[in-house]
Amino acid sequence: MSQATLNIGRARYALGPWARIAGLTVCALLTLGPVVWTVSTSLRTPADSFNLPPQIIPTHPSTAAYRGVFDQIDVWLLALNSTLVTALIAVGQMITAGLAGYAFARLDFRFKKPLFGLVLATMMVPLQVTIVPVFLVLKSMGLTDTLLGLIIPAFPTAFGTFLMRQYFLGMPKDLGEAAMLDGAGPWRIFRSVYAPLARPGLAIVGVLAFNYHWNEFFRPLILETSGQNYTLPLGLVSLQGNLGTGSISVVLAGVVLSMLPAVAVFAVGQRPLREGITSAGVNR
Amino acid sequence: MTDTTDTTDTRVPVLRPRAATPRAAAVRPSARERGTRLLAALFLAPTVVGIVIFTVVPIIGSVVLSLFHWNVIDPPGWAGAANYRSVFTDSTVLVSFRNTLVFMVFAVAAQLLIALSLALTLNGRMPGWLRSLFRSAFFFPLVLSAASISVVMKYLFNQDFGVINWLIGLFGIAPVPWLTSEHGAMATVIIVYVWQQFGFSFLLFVGGLNNIPKEIHEAAALDGATGLRKHLAITLPLLSPTLLVASVVGIINALQVFEQPYVLTDGGPGDSTRTVVMVIYEKAFEQLRFGEASAVGVLLFVLIMAVTAVQFRLSRRFVHYQ
Repeated sequence: MSQATLNIGRARYALGPWARIAGLTVCALLTLGPVVWTVSTSLRTPADSFNLPPQIIPTHPSTAAYRGVFDQIDVWLLALNSTLVTALIAVGQMITAGLAGYAFARLDFRFKKPLFGLVLATMMVPLQVTIVPVFLVLKSMGLTDTLLGLIIPAFPTAFGTFLMRQYFLGMPKDLGEAAMLDGAGPWRIFRSVYAPLARPGLAIVGVLAFNYHWNEFFRPLILETSGQNYTLPLGLVSLQGNLGTGSISVVLAGVVLSMLPAVAVFAVGQRPLREGITSAGVNR
Repeated sequence: MTDTTDTTDTRVPVLRPRAATPRAAAVRPSARERGTRLLAALFLAPTVVGIVIFTVVPIIGSVVLSLFHWNVIDPPGWAGAANYRSVFTDSTVLVSFRNTLVFMVFAVAAQLLIALSLALTLNGRMPGWLRSLFRSAFFFPLVLSAASISVVMKYLFNQDFGVINWLIGLFGIAPVPWLTSEHGAMATVIIVYVWQQFGFSFLLFVGGLNNIPKEIHEAAALDGATGLRKHLAITLPLLSPTLLVASVVGIINALQVFEQPYVLTDGGPGDSTRTVVMVIYEKAFEQLRFGEASAVGVLLFVLIMAVTAVQFRLSRRFVHYQ
C-alpha cells in the first residue's frame, strides 16, 4: 500500500537494520553462551575443566566426564523415572484437557459457568501454597515416595482445559449439526467429528506438559525421598552435592544428558510450545 | 435449563432440528439431552474431581492447618493465631518476604524490559530466516530445567574460577563476589532467573505485536510518526492487554521463585536470598512445622491475590482493548 512512503520514512535512519541485527546477535550470544559453554566443558577432561580462558573447542576432547556420570549415578534409572512420569502426565493431560475442554465448549449442562470459573480460578493458585495438604493427601493414599504420587495430581490441568476449550470453540458448529441431522449422538459427534480435528491443540497441551514436568524440581524434591524414585533434575543436583566443586565436567556432562530430551522436544515441538505460550497472552 | 453462558461464540444461532417436531417439545428432557448431560459429566469428571482433591481441598486444608500445631508425629493441637504470631515475629520469615518482593520488582521489570525491547527490535525489517533464528535463540533457555541451569550458573558465577569474572576481567574489572556477598547473591539469582524466563514474556510480546494490524503503523507513518514516538503513542497502547498478561504472569511466577536460590545460594549468605517458598519448604519438610509452614503459605497466597488485584485495578486506566 504505502510501501514507498514507508521506505522514505525508514531511509531517515539507514543505520537501523544493521544496528538492530548486531544488537540482536549480541543478545543471542548472551542467551546461548552458557549452553555452549556447558556442552564444551562437558567434553573436556576433568583436569582441563577449570581452564581459563574457556576453550569453546576442547584441546583434548574426551568423553571421560560422561563415563563419570554413569559411574556416579544410575542415569538409566533416573532417565526411566523421568520418562515414565513425564510421558504419563503428558498423555493424561491431553485426555483430561481434551474431554473437559470439549464439554465446556460444546456441551450444555447445568452449572457450566461456575464450574468453568472454578477451573480458571485454580490457575491462580500457586502449587507451593497447597503443597503441605497435597503431601498429606498423598500420604493418606500411600502415594508419597512413589512415582504415581507425582503423576496423578498432575493429570488435571486448568491451563490445558482453558486452551482446549478455546480450541474447540474455534471449530465450526455446523459440522456437529450436520452429523446430528444424520443421526449421530453426542458421543459420536465428539469421537468422529471434533476429536480428530483437535489433534494440533492436543499436541500443544502435550508438549507444554512434557516441557514443564521433565524439568520439574519442587514436587519431586518433596515427594521422592529414596534415590530409586529420583527424577533427572533431582539426580543432577545430588551429583553436584556429591562432588562439590571437584569436577565440573562430570556435573556438566550430567546436565547435558538431562537436557537432550528437552532439546529434542524443542526441535520437534517448538511450534506447539510457542503457540501454547503465545495463546496465553493473545486469546482471552 | 439450557445454558447460554457461552459468550465467545455467538455467530450462529443454535440449530435445533428436533424442536420443530411436536414430540421433542415435551417438558421432559429428550433422550438426546440426557445423553449430552451424561457425556458432559463423564468428560468433566477427571478434571473437576482432580482439581477438587488436589487444589480446592488443599487450599481449605492450608487455612485449617495454619491454625494448628502439628509435626506429623504428635497429634495436632489447636494453635489459633499462634502460628501467625510466631511467623510475624520470625525474622527469617520477614526477611524472606522482603527478599521475595525485592526479587519480584527487579526480576519482573528486567524481564519485561528485555523481552519488550527484543520483540520490538525483532519486529523491524530483516530476512525471515534470521528472524526465526533469533526467536528460537531467545526462546531456548525456557525449555531447560531451572535446577540444572542453576547448577551451570553456579560455576559461571564462581568468584575465583568462573567465566563471568574472567570475562569482565578482560575489561579490567576486579572479580565480583557474585554468590558470596549479600547484594551480589541477590543480583545473581535475579540475573539467572531473568536469563531463563525472559523468553516467556518475549513470546507473548511477539504474539501481541503480530496481532496489531499493519495498517495502523502505516497510517501513523503517513502522519509522520517515527521511531520512539511511534512506539510510545501507538504500539504500546495497542500492546497493553499483552503487557498486562505478561506482568501478571511474571509477578505470580516471580513470587514463587525457588529453584534458583535453592541451588545457587541455598538462601545465603545469611538469609539474603532466602525466599518465601524456600521458607515454606524448610519449615514443612526440614523442621516438620506444618502449621507454621501453612501460615506462611496462606500469607503468600494473600500477597499474590493482593498484588494481582492491585494490578488489575491499575490496568483499568492503562489497558486499551481494540
